[in-house]
Amino acid sequence: MTILAATAVTAAYGPRLVLHECSFALASGEVVAIVGPNGAGKSTLLRVLAGLLRPTAGRVLLDGEDLAALSRSKVARRIAVVPQIFDTLFPFTVREVVALGRTARLGAFGRASPDDVAAVDRAIGELELEALAGRRIDRLSGGERQRAVLAMALAQETAVLLLDEPTVHLDPGHQLATLELLRELGQRRQLAVCAVLHDLNLASTFASRIVALADGRIVRDGTPLDVLDAELVRTVFGDGLEVVARDGHPGVLPRVPQAVRRL
Amino acid sequence: MMRTVGILTVLAVALVVSAAAGILVGAVAIGPSDVFAALFGSNDVNGTIIRELRLPRVLGAALVGGALATAGALLQGLLRNPLADPFVTGTSAGATLAAVAAIVLGLAAPLVPIAAFVGALVTVTLVWRLARLGGGTTVLTVLLAGVVLTSFAGAVVTFLLISSDRLALQLRAVLGWLQGGVSVISWPELGVAALVVALGLGFAVVLAHRVDAYAFGEETAATLGVDPDRTTTTVLGATALLSGAAVALAGLVGFVGLVIPHALRFVIGATHRRLVPASFLAGATALVLADLGARTIIAPAELPLGAITGLIGAPFFLALLVRSRRVVV
Repeated sequence: MTILAATAVTAAYGPRLVLHECSFALASGEVVAIVGPNGAGKSTLLRVLAGLLRPTAGRVLLDGEDLAALSRSKVARRIAVVPQIFDTLFPFTVREVVALGRTARLGAFGRASPDDVAAVDRAIGELELEALAGRRIDRLSGGERQRAVLAMALAQETAVLLLDEPTVHLDPGHQLATLELLRELGQRRQLAVCAVLHDLNLASTFASRIVALADGRIVRDGTPLDVLDAELVRTVFGDGLEVVARDGHPGVLPRVPQAVRRL
Repeated sequence: MMRTVGILTVLAVALVVSAAAGILVGAVAIGPSDVFAALFGSNDVNGTIIRELRLPRVLGAALVGGALATAGALLQGLLRNPLADPFVTGTSAGATLAAVAAIVLGLAAPLVPIAAFVGALVTVTLVWRLARLGGGTTVLTVLLAGVVLTSFAGAVVTFLLISSDRLALQLRAVLGWLQGGVSVISWPELGVAALVVALGLGFAVVLAHRVDAYAFGEETAATLGVDPDRTTTTVLGATALLSGAAVALAGLVGFVGLVIPHALRFVIGATHRRLVPASFLAGATALVLADLGARTIIAPAELPLGAITGLIGAPFFLALLVRSRRVVV
């Protein structure tokens, strides 16, 4: 069932058009990867879907309601966004960071209800942060801090989870772990997950659907097999890549240049 | 929770004890029983010293310290910057400039604190905008904006001091103010300031949990459900109320707003719901003690209060700058 839908959305930063008439729908239980070269408008599309940037034309509907007409606090109960910044100089504990996910639901003076406490506990449990809950976030490693902000987004108990390059500062092992977790959470909580990903192989392996953007337009939208073919990869990312067939999940590798080739 | 209540209780007791010390100790030695008698209405010299000099001075110092530390906690949270406070960001300088301009224009005395509030509001909004220019708010842009605004305000104040006849008549008072101090405070002045500080503190307490949401930037605050424009405006307004009142009472007192919330975070945690009341109590205590030092260290002469806070605060600020440079610039 479609939860979040953009219809013919055009968006701009000042006079510069970044998205041209993009239409896109997100349903619960699926993990969608947005891929494309730098400057294609991936993050902009995500910001439009999160209601952080108003489209200049077209509409974004959340469960049939116009996103632009909803207050931030209403949006925050239905769409969670995992931030790209997760460093802070302040000694918040992991538990306090996760509890930030409840901001939109807290009572006057920030009082937490039993529901709030339960949601925080559940998110901490799902990301296996129990042992770190009392630790200061500014003392954790990058991977641990990222798990904490992911738990913060889960504590929002939304139907939609948006992520902008969630693997960008992680080593390959942690990249895999993060995406596996997202996929599993998407299934378990029936979340609609949409992530901007730079790594085509991660997108191909973990996404149920891939949306390819180029020059602010959606050029392809479908399963990894539908989207990642040789023609699309060449037109969108250039000649330097080759597509390797893999059961339903094509791989994309750099071509080895003549000069480097050994034999 | 128990720990928070415990810490707040200790801070409150410390404030009461230092206030008592501030009233008992002074250039003229007055015994505790005479102080007690004077508080409740004996009409001799002691009564005048205690009721018209020491008591308003101690209360003034407490208000100024509490207001500056609370404003510092709010600004640091909003800017995600442990090096922000009304003084360093130039907010106090802006308030001073507006207050001096009000005196030059010959506005009535009650309008001077209002001018200070407006000056603080304009400057702190400017700092916020400048800090956002580069995308995220970074530690150094805020400091640079503060340096620029402080020197600009300082230059205009100097210009006004030299060119205005009206100001020349009060040169000593204005200079004392620029050095920071709570030496001459009247009861009506104190009453108005207390109301304004209470208002600012009230806003700070109500907004505290929303300021937490700024920990990962303004955009994340928005996705967590905070209306960023409204919240930012209200927080800046509360900061301006607090810094404006502090400047109207005591002029330029530096670093209290920076040191107190920063140090407290490591004791009571970063959550603003706890940090804001703790900052108010600790800031009030710190300034009551600093003022006690200012009037006793070289008694019967007095040190400017701003000199004491600068002496302690500046090295602390440098240490923080070195530490934070290693993490985020």
